[in-house]
Amino acid sequence: MVAGPNTDMEFLELPPRVSEWRRFRRVFLSRGVVVFGLIILVLLVFTAAFAAWLAPYDPYKPAVGRALQQPCKDFPLGTDTLGRDTLSRLIYGSRTALMVGFISVAVATIIGITLGLIAGYFGGMINVVIMRLMDALLCFPMILLALVVASVLGGGIQNVIIALSIATIPGYARVTHGLTLSIRENDYVLAERAMGADATHTMLRHILPNAFPPLIVLMTMQLGNIILAEAGLSFLGIGIDPPGAAWGAMVYDGYKHLLRNPVLSFAPGLAIMLVVFAFNMVGDGLRDALDPRLRGLL
Amino acid sequence: MTAYIIRRLIQALFVLILVTLIVFFVMRLLPGDPVLIYVAQTAELEAMPPEMLDILRAEFGLDKPIMVQYANWVSGIFQGDFGTSIFYREEVSMLMLERFPVTLHLGVLALIIGAVFGVLAGLLAAVRRGKWLDKVVTPLTYVGITIPVFWLGILLMYAFGLKLQWLPISGYTSPMDDFWLSTRQVIMPVISMAVFGLAANARQMRSSMLEVTQQDYVRTAWSKGLSERKVIVRHALKNSLIPVITLMGIGVGIIFGGSVFVETVFAIPGVGRLLVSSIFGQDYVVVQAITFIIAVIVLVVNLIVDISYGWFDPRIRYG
Repeated sequence: MVAGPNTDMEFLELPPRVSEWRRFRRVFLSRGVVVFGLIILVLLVFTAAFAAWLAPYDPYKPAVGRALQQPCKDFPLGTDTLGRDTLSRLIYGSRTALMVGFISVAVATIIGITLGLIAGYFGGMINVVIMRLMDALLCFPMILLALVVASVLGGGIQNVIIALSIATIPGYARVTHGLTLSIRENDYVLAERAMGADATHTMLRHILPNAFPPLIVLMTMQLGNIILAEAGLSFLGIGIDPPGAAWGAMVYDGYKHLLRNPVLSFAPGLAIMLVVFAFNMVGDGLRDALDPRLRGLL
Repeated sequence: MTAYIIRRLIQALFVLILVTLIVFFVMRLLPGDPVLIYVAQTAELEAMPPEMLDILRAEFGLDKPIMVQYANWVSGIFQGDFGTSIFYREEVSMLMLERFPVTLHLGVLALIIGAVFGVLAGLLAAVRRGKWLDKVVTPLTYVGITIPVFWLGILLMYAFGLKLQWLPISGYTSPMDDFWLSTRQVIMPVISMAVFGLAANARQMRSSMLEVTQQDYVRTAWSKGLSERKVIVRHALKNSLIPVITLMGIGVGIIFGGSVFVETVFAIPGVGRLLVSSIFGQDYVVVQAITFIIAVIVLVVNLIVDISYGWFDPRIRYG
């Protein structure tokens, strides 16, 4: 390819190029709360990965002799009704939270994006059916939908994951649908269709990548919401397979002994809050760094 | 505007049909025979001859094709017949009339508090951007949207109920019976339910207010020499409220979701607690009725929000 003399001149007119990654990093890390959230998430992943080394005691084995101990040197947060160390259970609970969060978000994203892409790209009757079905699902408060579906399926952690996925699919479908509608109108999509490219190719190679920034922000924020919802379900007693440790269930167990040792209930609740806060803040930071126009929309 | 309303109504009707289908068929996903579940809970399953089960099946209409069952269920609902609760041995519609007012009492209060204080907090934070008020309010809104509602309830109960003993820790009394006691009992539950919506409204209000105050017409209002109060209240407020209204539609669903936890923590006999106990008691007729009624309320509120949105912002109507 021969570059005309004008081309070089045009390049000279451009402002000095800042690498995209550098710009992203600068904006992303510019707010203190975002950095704080990021640190919490790194610590969370670290805790979940090395739970076996970090936990001072076995989180599952009951030791009735030392039930409901006050916080002390041996047990910094005290022990629960079965004499299990609260700190160790808190550490192991991070695994439950992260596992449920990541799997549910992955499942809901894949299904929701697919539905949104199909509805937005093809339009017509398919669009009406899919989007009205999503509207119908959105009529049920997320936590209630998850609660009913999980209990109908029979509880257990895998059914909680299924329930939370179903409850969050409409959100992804709606956002993807809206994005697809606007991206579809671009000339490059039109050109692609004029060349006779098939629909799947156009959707996956041209529409999806352009819809990615808002979707990644939505996923991050949904991770927090899912973890909050999972905590809610396990607080109500749905989804934990004893002796597994889940933060919501720990809050409920502690609630029954609020006067004896409030830390039993306070500590796991604080953990839930910090993690949800962290995902929200990192989502906020990603939004500002990837596409500031999304402010107020996500 | 009429065309817009009609379009929205037709859409809502279609969604309503889908809602009935979801509620009906999710309950049919249940493993096992509804009659067996019913019998196992009411009487001695072993003692029951198989013919008896068939009779029961016929009585509940379960021997008919599934679409006929669905049609019967829907026509029952429109006559206010939700079936009979297995556990309470009571008409579900009566049970709903008993429990819904309790949740609505708390929920409506929470919604109002969330709306009024949320909008006010967001407005003040935006007007005093970067000042100490903003620096207090904005971080608090972050806390408000992330705090688990059940945990907040427990914290309040511990502080004001158990330690300071200012407020009763649980129970519910109708304001008709004893207004003072009722008010004291609902303070903590209502605060727990309201906090999320309050914080979300404040956040939305702050950012939309900041956006609106950048607009030319606001600058014009300033340059006319109007006082700050006039500029904000007369010119900026109305337009910045528009996005907040959508949020209030979502807020209704969130409040119903929160009622499940708040009513569990504070032992309040509303629908939220009834839903949880019915789920554990496998009283699915009740679960069906509650989820359906809540979904319809959310649907109607969002329809109203959508229509009023079209009224506030003509761009939506013709879009």
